[in-house]
Amino acid sequence: MLLFTLTMTVSLLLSGCSSEASDSGQSGKSSDGATKLTLWTFVEQHAKFYKYMADEWNKKHPDKKIELQATTYPYDDMHNKLLLSLQSGVGAPDIADIEISRFSNFLKGKPQLVELNDIVEPVKDKIVQSRLNIYSKDGKYYGIDFHVGATVIYYNKELLGKAGVDPNKIITWEDFKEAGKKVVSATGKPMITIETNDLWSYWPLIVQQGSDFYGKDGNVTLDNEINVKTLEFLKQLLDEKIAKAAPGGGHHTEEYYGFMNKGGAASVVMPMWYMGRFTDYMPDLKGKMIIRPMPRWTADGNRSAGMGGTGTAITNQCKNVKLAKEFLAFAKLSREGNIQIWKQLGFDPIRWDVWDDPALKEPNKYTEYFGKDIFNTLMSVKNEINSPTITENTPKMNQLVVQSVLYKVLKEGSLSPKQALKNVAKEMKKQ
Amino acid sequence: MENYHLNYSINTQPVPQKKKIRRNILFSQKIAPYIFVSPFIISFLVFFLYPSISTIIMSFQEVLPGETRFIGLQNYKKLLNPHFYAALRNTTIYTIWTLIILIPLPLVLAVILNSKVIPGRNFFRSAYFIPALTSTIVVGVIFRLIFGELESSPANMLMKALGLHAQQWTMHWGTGMFLMVFLASWKWLGVNILYFLSGLQNIPKELYESAEMDGAGVFTKFFRITLPLLKPVTIYVLTISIFGGFRMYEESFVFWQNQSPGDIGLTLVGYIYQEGFMNNDMGFGSAIGIVLLAIVLVINLIQLKFTGAFKKEG
Repeated sequence: MLLFTLTMTVSLLLSGCSSEASDSGQSGKSSDGATKLTLWTFVEQHAKFYKYMADEWNKKHPDKKIELQATTYPYDDMHNKLLLSLQSGVGAPDIADIEISRFSNFLKGKPQLVELNDIVEPVKDKIVQSRLNIYSKDGKYYGIDFHVGATVIYYNKELLGKAGVDPNKIITWEDFKEAGKKVVSATGKPMITIETNDLWSYWPLIVQQGSDFYGKDGNVTLDNEINVKTLEFLKQLLDEKIAKAAPGGGHHTEEYYGFMNKGGAASVVMPMWYMGRFTDYMPDLKGKMIIRPMPRWTADGNRSAGMGGTGTAITNQCKNVKLAKEFLAFAKLSREGNIQIWKQLGFDPIRWDVWDDPALKEPNKYTEYFGKDIFNTLMSVKNEINSPTITENTPKMNQLVVQSVLYKVLKEGSLSPKQALKNVAKEMKKQ
Repeated sequence: MENYHLNYSINTQPVPQKKKIRRNILFSQKIAPYIFVSPFIISFLVFFLYPSISTIIMSFQEVLPGETRFIGLQNYKKLLNPHFYAALRNTTIYTIWTLIILIPLPLVLAVILNSKVIPGRNFFRSAYFIPALTSTIVVGVIFRLIFGELESSPANMLMKALGLHAQQWTMHWGTGMFLMVFLASWKWLGVNILYFLSGLQNIPKELYESAEMDGAGVFTKFFRITLPLLKPVTIYVLTISIFGGFRMYEESFVFWQNQSPGDIGLTLVGYIYQEGFMNNDMGFGSAIGIVLLAIVLVINLIQLKFTGAFKKEG
C-alpha cells in the first residue's frame, strides 16, 4: 500500500514533468534524420513565418534537415513560462521570441541565452545598428529582431484634403499643429490621436530627438528638458482640441479600431508594423491612408525612431546550438529571410540593403492599402532612426511612465508634465 | 505486539515470512493511518510546504539565474511605496464591498428560494448558480465589451436610457472598482446562495412551527430563528469571502491585463505578478506574497475570534 501510494505520487510528479519536457521538446533526432528544434512565440504569424523558413531551409540543406516545432502561446504566458524555465534550468525551448519590453528581464544576472555574435558580425554593417544594441549586454548580442519599427505618421488624406492641407508641406511639428487647427475647423475631427494607456505616442517623439527615459550610460533621464517639453506639447494639443485621447486608451483597442475606421481622426503616429492593424482591423480606410516621415522638431532633426520589436534568442538549454544558430541566421539575417519578413509579416526588415530590392515593390496587401511608395519613405529616413536605450529596469520604467505619467497628465490632468515626470524619475533612480 | 497476536490468530495457515510482514504493516494500527493520509501529506509537502518555505527564503533574496544572493530585508523595505499602498487600498476596499454585497444578498435570496411558495424556485436556483461555472476570463472579455468606452457600448446605452452620462468605465477609480465588484458579485452570488441554502435545510421545521403557534411573524422568524441558526454557515462564508477578496486577481486582470492606468485596478496578487514576472523580481514578489499571507492570517484570526468560532473547539 505504501509502495502503491508512493508510486502513484511519484509517477504523477514524473508525468507532470515529462509532459512538460515533451511539450518543450528537448531537441533530438526524429525518425527521418531531421534534427528537432523547438520554438516558442507569442504571435501566430511569427510561427507561420518560421515554419515557412524551415521548409525553405530543408530544401536548401537536405544534409542537415530540421524539424521545427513552433508553438504559439499568449503573450504573458509565453514570457512567464520562458522566464521560469530558464530560472529553473529545465523545460525551455531551443529558440524563443522575446518582446523588447520584456527582453531585459532575460539579461538580468547571468543571461541564460546564447551569445549570437558569430552570426551577427558577418552582416553587421548591413543591419540598422541600433536594432542590435537593444538586445545586447556587455557587447554581446543575444537577440535578433524582425523589424526596424521605424515610426512614421499615417495621414488620412481624405480628411486632410477637405481642410486643404498638403501632407508633404508638413515639415515640423509646428507646421503639424497649424495644419491641425485647419483640419479641426474644416472637418470637426481631431488632427491626431494620443495614447494615454500606452507609450507609442510619447516614446517615439522623445527618441526622435535623441532623448530617452535612460541616457546611454544607463542613468535615468526621464525628467530632462526635452521630455518635459514634449509631454507639454502633447498636453497642449489635447487642451486645444487638436488631438483627442485615443478611445480605449491606446491604438490597440477595439474602441480605437472602430473609431479610426470611421475616419475618426486625420492622423496617427505609429511604427511601420502598425500597417497590419490598418489592413486587418480598419478595412474602410483602404486607399485613404498614406505613410509619411514624422514631422521634425528642429530644421535638421530626425524624422523617425525605431520602436517596439521582438528579439529572437537561442536558450542555453538548446542541444544543437550550432544548427539553431545557422537556422536563425537564415531566417532572420539573410537577404532572403528579410524579404520574406516584409512579404509575410509586413514589417520593415532590419537589413536596409534589401529595402530597395524589387521584391519589396511587388504588390501585396500593404501596397494596395497604402500605395507603392512605402519603402521610398523608409529609404529617405534610413539614417535618422534612433532606437531606445534599454536597461535592466526598462519593463518597470515603461510601466510607470504609462500608469503614473501619461495617464495622470494626459487623461486625469491631475499632475503637470514636469511634476509627473519628476515623481517617476525619482522613484526609478532608487531602483 | 497485541496486533501481531491478533493477526496470527486470524490467519490459521502459516504465512511466508515476507507476506507476513507486509500484512502486519497493513493491519498495524500504528502504521495504517499514516498510509491512508500519505497521499495528502506528500502532496501537501511537495506542493504546499516546500513552495511556502521557498517563498519565505526567496523574500530575503535577489533571485537571478546564477547570481542569487541574500540581501536581508531590502525586499521588505521596497514595500514602502505608493504602488503597494494603492494595491493594499484597492484590495481592502474591494474585499469590504464584496462582504457587504455577497453575504446579506445571498442570505435573503436563499431564504426566498427556500420558501415553498415561490414558483419555479428550482429554475432560479440553477439560474443563480450558472455564473459560478463560467470562466472569469471569458466572462471578463464579455464584460469588457459591455462596459466599453464608446457611447454605443451596451452599458453606456443603458446609462443614457436612464438619463445619465456615458462613462469611461475602465479609466476611473470609482467605475473601475464598480466593475470589479460587479463582476465578482455576479459570479459568486450563486455559490454563496448554495451555502446558505444547505444551511437552511438543516434548520428543523419544528422550530418554525412552534414559533408560528406562538404567533411569530415572517420577520420575527427570520431574525430569531433563521439568522442565529445560520451563524456557522455565515462565519464560514465570511472567512472564505475575506480570503477570496484578498486573493482576487482575475477580476482586475480581465479589465486591465495588469496595466491599469494610475494603479486603479492594482491588487496585491496583481502586484506580485507585476513585480515577480513582468519585472523579473521574484524576491520582491515573494516578499509581497508573505505580507499578503500575514495580512489575511491576522484578519481571519481576528474575525474568527470575534465571531466565537474557536469556542466550539474547546
